[in-house]
Amino acid sequence: MHAGSAAADAAVADRAESGVAISALEIRDLNFFYGSFQGLKDINLDIIEKKVTAFIGPSGCGKSTLLRTLNRMYDLYPGQRAEGQISFYGENILAPGSDVNLLRSRIGMVFQKPTPFPMSIYENIAFGVRLYERLSKAEMDERVEWALSKAALWNEAKDKLNQSGLSLSGGQQQRLCIARSVAVKPSVLLLDEPTSALDPISTAKIEELINELKKDYTIAIVTHNMQQAARVSDFTAYMYLGELMEYGKTDEIFIKPKRKETEDYITGRFG
Amino acid sequence: MSNAQFKTDSAITKGMDQALFNKRKRVNAIGLTLSLIAMSIGMVFLFWILSVLLYKGFAAISPSLFLQSTPAPGTEGGGLANPIVGSLMIVGACTFISTPIGILAGIYLSEYGNKSRFAEVTRFVTDIMLSAPSIVVGLFVYAIVVYQVKHFSGWAGTIALSLIAIPVVVRTTENMLRLVPLTLREAAYALGAPKWKVAVSITLTAAKSGVITGILLALARVSGETAPLLFTALNNQFFSTNMNAPMANLPVVIFQFAMSPYDNWINLAWGGALLITFAVLGLNILARVVFREKVKV
Repeated sequence: MHAGSAAADAAVADRAESGVAISALEIRDLNFFYGSFQGLKDINLDIIEKKVTAFIGPSGCGKSTLLRTLNRMYDLYPGQRAEGQISFYGENILAPGSDVNLLRSRIGMVFQKPTPFPMSIYENIAFGVRLYERLSKAEMDERVEWALSKAALWNEAKDKLNQSGLSLSGGQQQRLCIARSVAVKPSVLLLDEPTSALDPISTAKIEELINELKKDYTIAIVTHNMQQAARVSDFTAYMYLGELMEYGKTDEIFIKPKRKETEDYITGRFG
Repeated sequence: MSNAQFKTDSAITKGMDQALFNKRKRVNAIGLTLSLIAMSIGMVFLFWILSVLLYKGFAAISPSLFLQSTPAPGTEGGGLANPIVGSLMIVGACTFISTPIGILAGIYLSEYGNKSRFAEVTRFVTDIMLSAPSIVVGLFVYAIVVYQVKHFSGWAGTIALSLIAIPVVVRTTENMLRLVPLTLREAAYALGAPKWKVAVSITLTAAKSGVITGILLALARVSGETAPLLFTALNNQFFSTNMNAPMANLPVVIFQFAMSPYDNWINLAWGGALLITFAVLGLNILARVVFREKVKV
């Protein structure tokens, strides 16, 4: 196995090198099951604070599954379970009895397809904020503007805050979803193929945004687009058939991968 | 029919099996004819019913229809003021009872119970209730309410109609909630929203127009029901807004007046039938308009 542990060790080494890196999430011996099918096998991985970690690999390799264990999205579906440990700043989030709702407000998620709620743009942002904070109207106005600005959507949306979120274009909707996640001030953002349904211009905007957001947030992104992983991420994890094959700094993975399989996948020789 | 325009030697028909082509055209013509006949049989009766109703009903429409109460036997004139108000009150109360129960049960079936034994039983019973003969519902309410309190009442009628409306609301609510994509729910959960909040604020809001449509269709269904009211609200010759007393309502008045020997009663029955038909038509149109809103959003 123990590509996983080796990778984790490498990450630890990297951390020692850079001196200041702190892990936001430490994944240890993670196994994941869909009923009797094992979706993830012995994953060991550190997700570094305020960096972008990309997960790449062919369809069905478990990268989305891994992302969905990080905020326990799998909890919604009976029959899915995770074993092992995921520490979020030292606290094991897989432990029974931990409050998943609170956890999800700390670890936000943006999905492949834009999913604006059937309400106004303003309410889309305010919905999540109201769950955990009591703000006055003025404070809420300020928060909505702040979140929309963070997601580079304020200029386009400021004159139609009362219009339905569904009235925006696909790329704008996705930025609205990012704004919505940012508005609750999480510490980690999970992005599950956030640009796969978008055109190249919207994609470029979202990538720019990711670069901007990593100043304040730890970001984990699943992507099918190798160039995107190379462009936006600091660390890259290559996964295959539920296993973590290789994990390290993005530059190293793309320029000089340690494993043949990683190289084959990155260069497109795979499959 | 439309195939006939091709010339036999055209580029499109060249080299094909003419016999096979002709056979297909014959089969097509036969199928089309049969379905047109079936449709026209349905349409003929529908328009027959509607034209008789319009012809006889409009003759009865006058200001006094809305202003005067039902006439005593053997007296002239009269109107339908008391059954109109009674029907509105009974159906209105039925809306207030069946809407919350139906929506909450629908949310339970779609969001919470999903595959549990209890939900399966509820779903099955609801489906039976959907197709239960309304006279059975009427008798049931007669036995457990009217017989116990020893008198007919508007409330008893409301209960009977609610029992018919609730299953309709439950099933449409459940089906409409199921149409809401899972990704929308996940997006709300991802913000840390608890389950009840997701169900009420996101899923139900997304399915709003469908749910309202279901309620309107349930109302359209119960506003024409006669049998359950016959055993429960019965009728009241006088104007009354007391829900604890027997209450006049359009279906029962139509039923009684249409079979009476008095010309003015029969005339009023036609007027009432026209009113109900328009009310149901209005509700159906409203349901369509509301449902279309959803697509626009």
